[in-house]
Amino acid sequence: MTELLSGNDLCLLRGDRCLFQRLNFALNCGELLFVEGVNGSGKTSLLRGIAGLLDFESGYITWDGQKILDAYQGFRSDLVWLSHRVGFKGELNLLENLQFESALRSCSMEKTAAVIERLSLAPLTSLPFRYLSAGQQRRVALARMLLANARLWIMDEPFTYLDKAGQALVAELISEHLAGGGLCVAASHQAVDIAAPTQRVTLQ
Amino acid sequence: MSGQDRQLPGLMEGFIAIVRRDLLLAWKRPGDVLNPLFFFAMVASLFPLAAAPSPEQLMLNGPGVVWVAALLATLLSLNSLFLSDFEDGSLDQIILSPQPLPLLGLGKAAAHWLLSGLPLVLVSPLIAVSYRMPADIVGVMMLTLALGTVSLSLLGAIGAALTVGLNRGNALLSLLIMPLAMPVLIFGARTVSLAATGDPYAAGIYFLAAYCMLALTLAPFATAAALKISNE
Repeated sequence: MTELLSGNDLCLLRGDRCLFQRLNFALNCGELLFVEGVNGSGKTSLLRGIAGLLDFESGYITWDGQKILDAYQGFRSDLVWLSHRVGFKGELNLLENLQFESALRSCSMEKTAAVIERLSLAPLTSLPFRYLSAGQQRRVALARMLLANARLWIMDEPFTYLDKAGQALVAELISEHLAGGGLCVAASHQAVDIAAPTQRVTLQ
Repeated sequence: MSGQDRQLPGLMEGFIAIVRRDLLLAWKRPGDVLNPLFFFAMVASLFPLAAAPSPEQLMLNGPGVVWVAALLATLLSLNSLFLSDFEDGSLDQIILSPQPLPLLGLGKAAAHWLLSGLPLVLVSPLIAVSYRMPADIVGVMMLTLALGTVSLSLLGAIGAALTVGLNRGNALLSLLIMPLAMPVLIFGARTVSLAATGDPYAAGIYFLAAYCMLALTLAPFATAAALKISNE
């Protein structure tokens, strides 16, 4: 057992439909798990299961040799989650939203400023979050990934709403994260080109 | 990026962060705070107009009416406690944050009390005037309301967490919370009545304080468990 993240014999039912069964994967530092499949094939459910938000019918996820629910807080501090609902408050501006994130994760203000700089979000900082376009909101969500200093990134449809430059940015950030020894689990219905050791899971 | 140099975030930091965020949100959306308070003030101040206008009658009914109005106003504001977090995905992020979930649930309940319970306590002396309550009773009423609303916010957070994923969870929330809120209502109103008639009332205050402590220690864990279930 050298792998950092592994899924063992996973099975998930939704109603009377079996989304997947006997699903296994093992992921190590610097590797990407790419989940593909059509809409409704269970990509999001699989990701929620890996993050521990959803219980599998059978099977379990391990992180660092331990079942995640046995050491859930440690796992959570190593994890950051991105999904189509970005989880920022529409009434608060970008800076206030990020301040909350960094307080939860004990980041310094310098780091927050550096992340805003890196994603070129500076012109948007004083606007209420709900005034931003969907694409801009997704860019802000990327800021959380960088702030979190987590080894495992779980990203549900990281490319939606983003323009060409935004999609390239996401690919670049993922590559960088993997090159630095991080892990990434991403689900998407579109093919992407990321130069890193990639495992694929295709859901029917 | 290695796991060794990672510092676990401070607990107090996370607690303050979530309280601060909720207060900031309320500041930008003042209607959510003012509505329950307005409801409380309306019910409690309309009652003397509709009831028999004899001063003794008012003195007798006052504590009960104030307490029922306070309970209903709190229930009114509980429904939205986790709703917007659930809808915009913040709840996922809160559950997946490195902070312990009971602590963040406690933070949400604390912010709820600061925004609904505390204003109620502060407004209640004005209501007391319309029931011709003597000044020394007003202090007792404020103390019971303060202890009671803390318990209600904490217990209410459990119900709000359980019903957050449901459509029209409001009625269910009230039903779930009612049995737990009954002791608060009974002891709260009765303590004020006893004080008004000059009887010893300390036991009621002790009970409310004990109930409040019980809620403070147990409710955050129940809230956290309920949030995990509702968010599946």
